[in-house]
Amino acid sequence: MGIPYSYSFRNLWTRRLTTLLTASGMGLVVFVFAATLMLAEGLQQTLVATGSPDNVVVIRKSANSEVQSAVERGQASLLESAPEVAIGPDGNPLFAKELVVLINLKKRGSDSPANVVIRGVSAASLRLRPAIRLKEGRMPRPGSAEVVSGASIARRFKGGGMGETLRFGMRDWRVVGVLDAGATGFSSEIWGDSDQMMQAFRRQAYSSVIFRMRIPSEFEAFKARVESDPRLTVEAKRETRYYLDQSEAMSSFLRILGMVLTVVFSIGAVIGATITMYAAVANRIGEIGTLRALGFQRRSILSAFIMEALLLGLCGGILGVGAASFMQLITISTMNWQSFSELAFSFSLTFGILWKSLLFSLVMGLVGGMLPAVRAARMNIVTALRAS
Amino acid sequence: MEFSSPPIVAIRNLSKSYHRGNQTLPVLSNINCDIARGEFVALMGPSGSGKSTLLNLIAGIDSADQGSIQVGGIEITTLSESELARWRAGNVGFIFQFYNLIPVLTAYENVELPLLLTSLKRRERRDHVEAVLSVVGLSDRMDHYPSQLSGGQQQRVAIARAIVTDPEILVADEPTGDLDRVSAEEILQLMDRLVSGFGKTVIMVTHDPRAAEKAHIIRHLEKGELNDAP
Repeated sequence: MGIPYSYSFRNLWTRRLTTLLTASGMGLVVFVFAATLMLAEGLQQTLVATGSPDNVVVIRKSANSEVQSAVERGQASLLESAPEVAIGPDGNPLFAKELVVLINLKKRGSDSPANVVIRGVSAASLRLRPAIRLKEGRMPRPGSAEVVSGASIARRFKGGGMGETLRFGMRDWRVVGVLDAGATGFSSEIWGDSDQMMQAFRRQAYSSVIFRMRIPSEFEAFKARVESDPRLTVEAKRETRYYLDQSEAMSSFLRILGMVLTVVFSIGAVIGATITMYAAVANRIGEIGTLRALGFQRRSILSAFIMEALLLGLCGGILGVGAASFMQLITISTMNWQSFSELAFSFSLTFGILWKSLLFSLVMGLVGGMLPAVRAARMNIVTALRAS
Repeated sequence: MEFSSPPIVAIRNLSKSYHRGNQTLPVLSNINCDIARGEFVALMGPSGSGKSTLLNLIAGIDSADQGSIQVGGIEITTLSESELARWRAGNVGFIFQFYNLIPVLTAYENVELPLLLTSLKRRERRDHVEAVLSVVGLSDRMDHYPSQLSGGQQQRVAIARAIVTDPEILVADEPTGDLDRVSAEEILQLMDRLVSGFGKTVIMVTHDPRAAEKAHIIRHLEKGELNDAP
């Protein structure tokens, strides 16, 4: 058995102010690390939750998003008659031809403009997304200049609230309902009748078609058939895959940004931990000499100081993750560069992020404590005892 | 000096120098000395005479330049560093001038430290620690931290720590140097009891003639050479 863990723990407790200050520095880095991962996770969850695995999105081949896509009316009709399309309880296909356009709206309060997705929808659009429900009002009547706003739009954009009027496409549009789309990207969209939108924006083609698979397991066969059909210049994706692809660039960017910031900050935190641990060793030279004289081996001294540094790192990790967990209360909105639209999402703390953050804090503690621990372990017994 | 049984410490032709830059400072030169089992030996001499160095060499925490040191029949100058550490844990008890207790551990935990290097179970360790704390008269202070104890009490805890593994030899470097006269007297009586009652061999470095008087034998070190008491 080596030096008891209580020795390391109590030494940290004895120097609690130094411990707290050093752990706070490390906690700050862990906070940045965890918060950026939580941000990327939140973004991904929001976009992935936007899709349903039974739904298929068809867009123009090589288009990355609905905004860049165009599906000709004739192609949309061909797809609508495909046998793979599920039929709804009303006898109509669960198939929606949708138009996606970006417009500029001013935010409430700041007046700063931001891109917002306008989605021209069909009758089946709402049914294809069971997670979305009408929170207030009603759906727009076909052929009318009416729209419904996602809850996030209603809250954050001027004219987006229930009963208010939005101006775009050289027309005024009355908001007749508010959609509750939970934590999905639809919360940041405005929906209206697709034919009205095509007229207003002078579009000849839809952006995408979305439908429910009659037998979801037949998706691969459908995809192969559609993508090899010379009349169709489209590609089909499961809706979940489509939104995952949408979030990839943004979440990768956030993760890389987070990593760069974390690496830079962590250098400072590791130096802080090293200074603290060197001070700990310098203050306890006599103790080290005594422990060695009593018969504890160099490796016991090494592991006692490494344990102390790991505990210091863990304290930082707990502080950082604790602070980052409060970020879950915050919803932020930012530009999704894949669709060029404003997207609101929350920080999301998962078990994976939790253990990665704590592991990261332990690694910082280990790196910071290694040199001082080696110094303590290499100390000459007589020299150390003379220092006491 | 003749011994009826082999000496517990047998030192032959022992030399030790310290190096400072290009300078070599001889500390001990050609020391020969035997210490019998169960003896209380005081090493005296002026500062820098090499008495602490000799004590450190006998205790296996310093290495000799040449010569032989046999303790309990084991030639310790040929042991590797980790073998020496294991040997110290089982065979030597240390008593320091400034007690050298670990401030963040209680009296009980300080005394238990050397037992963590043995294969004893927690229950057995507790029995040992309680027994030695009762020998030094501190059974009621086992949960106190060193800062909550007087100097004399701290030194008694240190003595309990030194004897908890039941080593044959106790090395004490100025054990009363930091104590008032009353506490110093108590500590010397306790050390004397360890020799007479428990058969320990005590080797004590001291400047204090009153402390040295308690010893059975006084050895003088001067300029690196060992002489019997005048």
